[in-house]
Amino acid sequence: MERLFFYFIAIIILVFSVMAVNSRNMMRSIIYLLFVLLGVAGIYFLLEYNFLAAVELSVYAGGIIILYINSIMLIDKIGVPMEKPKGSRQLLAGLLSIFGLGVSLFAIYSYHFNQTATTTETTVKELGKHLLSYGNNGFILPFELISIFLLAALVGAIAIAKSTKTLK
Amino acid sequence: MIILSNFSNIHQWLLGLIQNAVATRVVELTIIALAYLAAFALIGLLLVLAERRIAAFFQLRLGPNRVGPWGLFQTVADALKLVSKELTGTVKADKFLYGLAPYFVIITALVSMSIIPFSKEVQVFDINIGIFFFISVSSLGVIGIFLAGWSSNNKYSLIGGMRTGIQMVSYELSVGMVVVTMVILSGTLQLSQIVALQQHTWFIFQGHVSAIIAFMVMMIASTAETNRTPFDLVEAESELGAGFHTEYSGMNFAYFFLSEFMNMFLSASIIVVLFFGGWLSPFGITAGIPFMGLFWFILKVSVVIFIFMWFRWTFPRLRIDQILTLEWKYLLPINMVNIVLMAALVWLGLTF
Repeated sequence: MERLFFYFIAIIILVFSVMAVNSRNMMRSIIYLLFVLLGVAGIYFLLEYNFLAAVELSVYAGGIIILYINSIMLIDKIGVPMEKPKGSRQLLAGLLSIFGLGVSLFAIYSYHFNQTATTTETTVKELGKHLLSYGNNGFILPFELISIFLLAALVGAIAIAKSTKTLK
Repeated sequence: MIILSNFSNIHQWLLGLIQNAVATRVVELTIIALAYLAAFALIGLLLVLAERRIAAFFQLRLGPNRVGPWGLFQTVADALKLVSKELTGTVKADKFLYGLAPYFVIITALVSMSIIPFSKEVQVFDINIGIFFFISVSSLGVIGIFLAGWSSNNKYSLIGGMRTGIQMVSYELSVGMVVVTMVILSGTLQLSQIVALQQHTWFIFQGHVSAIIAFMVMMIASTAETNRTPFDLVEAESELGAGFHTEYSGMNFAYFFLSEFMNMFLSASIIVVLFFGGWLSPFGITAGIPFMGLFWFILKVSVVIFIFMWFRWTFPRLRIDQILTLEWKYLLPINMVNIVLMAALVWLGLTF
């Protein structure tokens, strides 16, 4: 049953990734990308990793896609289909994708995965403790770095928004 | 994950009938899905009727009272009319996205409905990140509105869609922060546990000052989230026609209409779960009787929905700059201070 679900979601991800890249209509490729992200969230749900799935939904699908849609709406000639990239670029992109695929496959096949009999549900309490712990398996440094990064982004956004007003 | 504790005899009966664990599971899931779809449609129709009756009450009219007893079948008749209507569309619209948009809105509402604890027995998906799942799924609904506005190929629709986007993304922040405030008090995200923790005192009394501030912010933010007056400039008739769904007709329009009412119901449910003890009866007066939880839950939700409707027919519509000022200059700082206040209350043990 789970295998069936996995293949179903995997096919959705694959088909929509290809469609997202190949579509000549920007708005449509964004929507295909959204379906890819929803599929990834589905994979996380299948792994019973609910928290990451919800983060995927709210940050990527809910946040970044809306940001993309907003910025695309500001582009001129949005209704005109995009032109195909040049041959050399297509070749370069293809080579890069093959390289990326190779690296991922190598990483997956060279790592020895341990099979576990039971799935453990990660509770929010555990997540919180790990995020703020100094010891082993602690994530305090990345957590603080991201906090400072977000603060810097906020301050930067406010500074940019303010400066245009004073220039007038 | 699927709670069927009180329905175990139904489960046993089905298992005996089908004699196959997987097939039984599939049949059960199908039955639950159909039941939820039916409930979805029924709640939507009843809410539309309630809205019209309450509007009439506020405006000293009678409202729909001809079809069936007390006009009960008015919205059913309306729905039948909408089903039989022709689906029109603009010629130069992006047909794929145009057709997709209403489903986005209605499916997100349906998925969010699955985690609502209607009573101890009736909750489909008691996931351990419950309330976070609700927020992340309901944040997808706005994409449908964006798409509807953009793909209609209509200026008014586009402006309506953009306005919704700005408004919903802004007010989602407030809803999220209120939820964080209440999660500090509860210490869990799971909805069934949040309700269970309110066995003796509801959270609005447990967190007193901070919870009351959070409740008021939540009422404002939910009204804005569901695009209802005074925040309905998305579909301000005098400025934008019907906003993002100007170009939709028949059932496609009905999906938007229905999901708007469902979102109101879902917001009210979340408010009831977070502040008023969900399906728990006041002072535990009906604690022993099965299925009374459903009654109390629906009663509480109805009261909250009545307040939403009261807002709608009392306040005039805001301008877009006023809406953004309200969110970013007032609600956001209030919320930030409130989170710290709640954390201090919990830390010092000042909660009841």
